[in-house]
Amino acid sequence: MSTTTIPEPHGNGASRPAQRAPARLPWWLTGLVVPALQVALALGVASLVVLLVGESPLATLRVMLTGALDPANGLASTLYYATSLTFTGLAVAVAFHAGLFNIGGEGQAYVAGLGVALACLWLDGRLGAPAMFCVAMLAATAAGAFWAWIPGYLQARRGAHVVVSTIMFNYIAAGLLNYMLVSAIGSGGMGTETRSFAPSAMLPKLHEVLEPLGISLAPSFLNIATLLALLCAAGVWWLLWRTRLGYALRLLGHSPRAARYAGLSAASLTIIAMLISGALAGLMAVNDVYGAQGRLVLNFTGGMGFLGVAVALMGRNHPVGVLAAALLFGALYQGSTDLQLDFPRISPELILVIQGLVVFFVAALDRLVRAPVERGYLAWSNRQRPDA
Amino acid sequence: MEDIWLMVLSTLASAIRLACPLVLAAMGGILAERSGIVDIGLEGKMLAGAFAAATTASLLGSPWLGLLGGMAAGVFFSMLHGVATIRYRGDQVVSGMALNFFALGLTMVLGQAWFEQGGQTPALDAAQRFTPINLPGAETWARQIPVLGDFYRIVLSGHSILVYAAFAMPALLAFMLGHTRFGLRLRAAGEEPNAVDTAGVSVAGVRTLALTATGMLCGAAGAYISTAQNAAFSRDMTAGSGYIALAAVIFGKWRPLPVLGACLLFGLLTALEARLQGQSLPGLGTIPPQVFQVLPYVLTVVLLAGFIGKATPPKALGRPYVKER
Repeated sequence: MSTTTIPEPHGNGASRPAQRAPARLPWWLTGLVVPALQVALALGVASLVVLLVGESPLATLRVMLTGALDPANGLASTLYYATSLTFTGLAVAVAFHAGLFNIGGEGQAYVAGLGVALACLWLDGRLGAPAMFCVAMLAATAAGAFWAWIPGYLQARRGAHVVVSTIMFNYIAAGLLNYMLVSAIGSGGMGTETRSFAPSAMLPKLHEVLEPLGISLAPSFLNIATLLALLCAAGVWWLLWRTRLGYALRLLGHSPRAARYAGLSAASLTIIAMLISGALAGLMAVNDVYGAQGRLVLNFTGGMGFLGVAVALMGRNHPVGVLAAALLFGALYQGSTDLQLDFPRISPELILVIQGLVVFFVAALDRLVRAPVERGYLAWSNRQRPDA
Repeated sequence: MEDIWLMVLSTLASAIRLACPLVLAAMGGILAERSGIVDIGLEGKMLAGAFAAATTASLLGSPWLGLLGGMAAGVFFSMLHGVATIRYRGDQVVSGMALNFFALGLTMVLGQAWFEQGGQTPALDAAQRFTPINLPGAETWARQIPVLGDFYRIVLSGHSILVYAAFAMPALLAFMLGHTRFGLRLRAAGEEPNAVDTAGVSVAGVRTLALTATGMLCGAAGAYISTAQNAAFSRDMTAGSGYIALAAVIFGKWRPLPVLGACLLFGLLTALEARLQGQSLPGLGTIPPQVFQVLPYVLTVVLLAGFIGKATPPKALGRPYVKER
């Protein structure tokens, strides 16, 4: 959060008074040491919760991590969750760089699931797999982008703060999907879900791809959307740091006034940032609805959109950081589902406790850790160069 | 005709009961936001309050102790928010969101471990709950008076003590904000914190006090949900009402009495949703229940976007206060 300032919620998007430029610290200190200390603090407090429950924190963490990294079954699920989190994390990060806080990833991914499901239900018998892939990608990104465009437009042209409207749009999306699945496209069976798509309207799973090559993996949800996530991370990096548009977006986030003097349109850039952000969040539905499940299930997002905020904040809004944070949270998410087997007293919602604490210490209480580290480093470096 | 009248009355009564937690939490939201602190953590504080209240009430056997427990939990979460936003000048939206997740996870994990009923707390009996109160004469002379008597008996009487307390709150708050020294300081902290500082009053102190009150009110809202409306805590039982309360704060433009109106409107929508479930209306057909569920959010966005009136937030909302050198 050191590089982004967020316009105040439900305000008029005006910038904050410029903050004092942070001292020049080496990248490994701000990017690795500080977040590591913050996550350690968060896990420390989460350990207190585990102690309250009456279990051993260290044993709990060990079970979570061994379950998540076990090559026989856990690792594939971890990577599958990490894929979803990369998409939602990148979505939040892109918006952050433009000074926008998009809390709507959950709703955007949800509506994208509806878009991709409608496309697959309508065309799954009629298109070949490659054509279906193009249509599904288009449907997911367009639906996600559309759901983010409305709050983006309202922020840019009507001054409705994007934080509030994206919160509201998460709930509106939930109502919309609920209605669609109950009254329109549901299979009418036991679960609130659509019928399964034809096999040609699904992304190939990794174990299916590797089988002809003589590598046999246990079946899992892991599919080729994971490669797409890596591509997107590279694409976001290229967009933000190697294109004029990316420069304009970052300028807007860094200093709206400077962007205005440079002749940039804050309104257009806001809308563009939200469109890209929503499209990225929408790809989470490609990984789940079109990749893993082959049908649209109620609440398929499972909080991944919200977890994307934690991933982006922890990854300091940088694609590499997002990938690393997505892996960590993917592992914790998978590990928390394994917990019940060994510790029936600990419910899998422990992940929510950890998620909340990590966001709290990494972002909200950022200064608690960062300020002493900065002070310590400066004192140390001044001792190295007494003449400076 | 008589039947329709009674049906309207019972829907209104149900709207009042559903609006009660929204009113309490929204008043808390007003206090925080008018003092300059964004609070999207109403939901988490309500949930923590609901869990703490149901747990305390079932262990100690008194709804009043439950209410105290709920308020304490609300204040605890509110103080976490205060430390992050006031002391460490952290981002207020992020902090509220983080605490919402923390509360959601914590109530589920502790509930599962302590009571082993899938996150439920033990069912409360009548002595451990807030039960309905009949106002004087509701069952005697009110029955003699047609129309208005029914209104008194069904709509105004027969709620728990918390409902009457909640509905007294907006007027108290409006008086406090408009006519007391502390109210003036609180509003100034949200509009021109420099002025508060110049007058020799601590902005951080005013905001901390405001957040304490926010925690108490949200905790009470949660206590109402688990010990008056229901007879136990269940997983994620607030189910987004904290966000509806936040919507009401914005919809009522951060002013206590209009916000009360917004809460009543949103409560009525929920009551209508239950009442009209599967019923066909002349000229409209059957309205899907989801329409009622999303209306509060849609209305709030429409208002925020300035399509109906304009909601202008406190000027310094969301800005950490830094003393000028």
